[in-house]
Amino acid sequence: MTDATRPSPLPPTGAPLPDTRTPPLLPPTRAEYCVIACAEAWRDNGEVLASPMGAVPSVGARLARRTFAPELLLTDGEAMLVGPDGTPEGWLPYRRHLTMVTGGRRHVMMGASQIDRFGNQNISCIGDWERPARQLLGVRGAPVNTLNNPVSYWVPKHSTRVFVEKVDMISGVGYDSAAAAGPTATRFHRIPRVVSNLGVFDFATPDHSMRLASLHPGVTVEEVLAATGFEPTVPDEVPYTREPTPAELELIREVIDPQGLRDREVPG
Amino acid sequence: MSDKTMTADEVVSRLRSGMTLGIGGWGSRRKPMALVRALLRSEITDLTIVSYGGPDVGMLAAAGRIRKLVAAFVTLDSIPLEPHYRAARQSGAFELTEVDEAMFMWGLHAAANRLPFMPVRAGIGSDVMRVNPGLRTVTSPYEDPSTGIRETFVAMPALRMDAALVHVNRADRSGNGQYLGPDPYFDDLFCEAADDAYVSCERLVDRFDDAVPQTLLVNRHSVTGVVETPSGAHPTSCVPDHDRDEPFQGLYATTPWPEFTERFLHGDEKAYQSAAQAWHEERR
Repeated sequence: MTDATRPSPLPPTGAPLPDTRTPPLLPPTRAEYCVIACAEAWRDNGEVLASPMGAVPSVGARLARRTFAPELLLTDGEAMLVGPDGTPEGWLPYRRHLTMVTGGRRHVMMGASQIDRFGNQNISCIGDWERPARQLLGVRGAPVNTLNNPVSYWVPKHSTRVFVEKVDMISGVGYDSAAAAGPTATRFHRIPRVVSNLGVFDFATPDHSMRLASLHPGVTVEEVLAATGFEPTVPDEVPYTREPTPAELELIREVIDPQGLRDREVPG
Repeated sequence: MSDKTMTADEVVSRLRSGMTLGIGGWGSRRKPMALVRALLRSEITDLTIVSYGGPDVGMLAAAGRIRKLVAAFVTLDSIPLEPHYRAARQSGAFELTEVDEAMFMWGLHAAANRLPFMPVRAGIGSDVMRVNPGLRTVTSPYEDPSTGIRETFVAMPALRMDAALVHVNRADRSGNGQYLGPDPYFDDLFCEAADDAYVSCERLVDRFDDAVPQTLLVNRHSVTGVVETPSGAHPTSCVPDHDRDEPFQGLYATTPWPEFTERFLHGDEKAYQSAAQAWHEERR
């Protein structure tokens, strides 16, 4: 499984812009639609830290930073805030990172070993917590993240094992759990989106249950429903995830992720 | 100025079974592994370990020394899941207090500041509350100026420890410790939150001439003993002195514990470092 909470190392992104005389671009891959869907999570977020966990969200955050959201802050995966070319612009050790969380100036995209219809997320363990069938990472920062700053999720392999009716150990707090816990929990709670290899989901329903917000081109509603362990709301007309622009595709392929880490997370 | 230098075995001779021990660093980064290895050479057991867990927790778990763990995660970073920790949890080998990373930090702050708890907006709504039935909440005595509500927070109890073990890049004989990497983690807090703190270092120095002031992380008033242990964080990272030893960490993660112990941990620290080096040479 992927590390649900650490940014993936990406190569320095200071390479020169590609030669514009290159031949016509190949059509977008599924991984590239996923990158776009992740990048869009950080649109209009303002001057906040984008904390991507996993390769595709990392490429997405860097794409957003280089294009439509230049005000975003990014880290090098350790303790430095860095510009698009990797130049340090600030210091963010864990103790300050946690203050960024509780101050709310951050939008994290975490992984999820399990996630349910209200956005409760589990990265702790599978089975009975007392003696788990599979010990995973532990709750990490999911409880503090979800109560303090926007938390989106990234699921590279959408399946009924991940999208479940009920998670085994609530690490990231979902809408129903936050509501039950009261105003301290709901005050800053927000799950803007869940991106998977099949589509984008949000909670824009009256009871804040999961809704299919867009399908990646090539995916059908039936595929999504078959891979989901509960019934998400499906609008009458489901849009497709937007197309990357030619400039975005070149940035992804030539500058941000020339090694193709995105394809290892979401194979074509 | 008192000379607090001692050996790793002398540190361990001051520890007892049943103690609560804090271990600094984070995941597989700047862990006081030489002190952990000394602990493994002793008979000390039945420990309560407080750690942002990495191979320190994995090794102590594999060796059956843990009675209770307080943690938000255990990971080897480049290898997300710590295999020995997983095995121990899956066999119900010890008690776990699973808290969030921020709750953990505020528990250290509370202990360092001699407070019984700190309020934190974390935990409520999650199953951290379910698996820690002893966790209490506290309601603010103040109305929030914008909402008019008196909010209710988790009262994270102080994580007070009998002793803390941390590893830094440089230290002097009186117990001042300097980190040279990107992140101090919470090592200063661990030292302040413990009755005794033992600092291992890559290299002992006489003075900190020309030190960048902020690198002088650990102050001597919170330190009981200092140990010089070159590569003492191995296999975890201790930049700029050494990176994480990824191949060796991979070996650790895939080798059955008895076999790993037999090859690397049956002797003293010097024997460990030589065995690790010999393993690298064999691979060439």
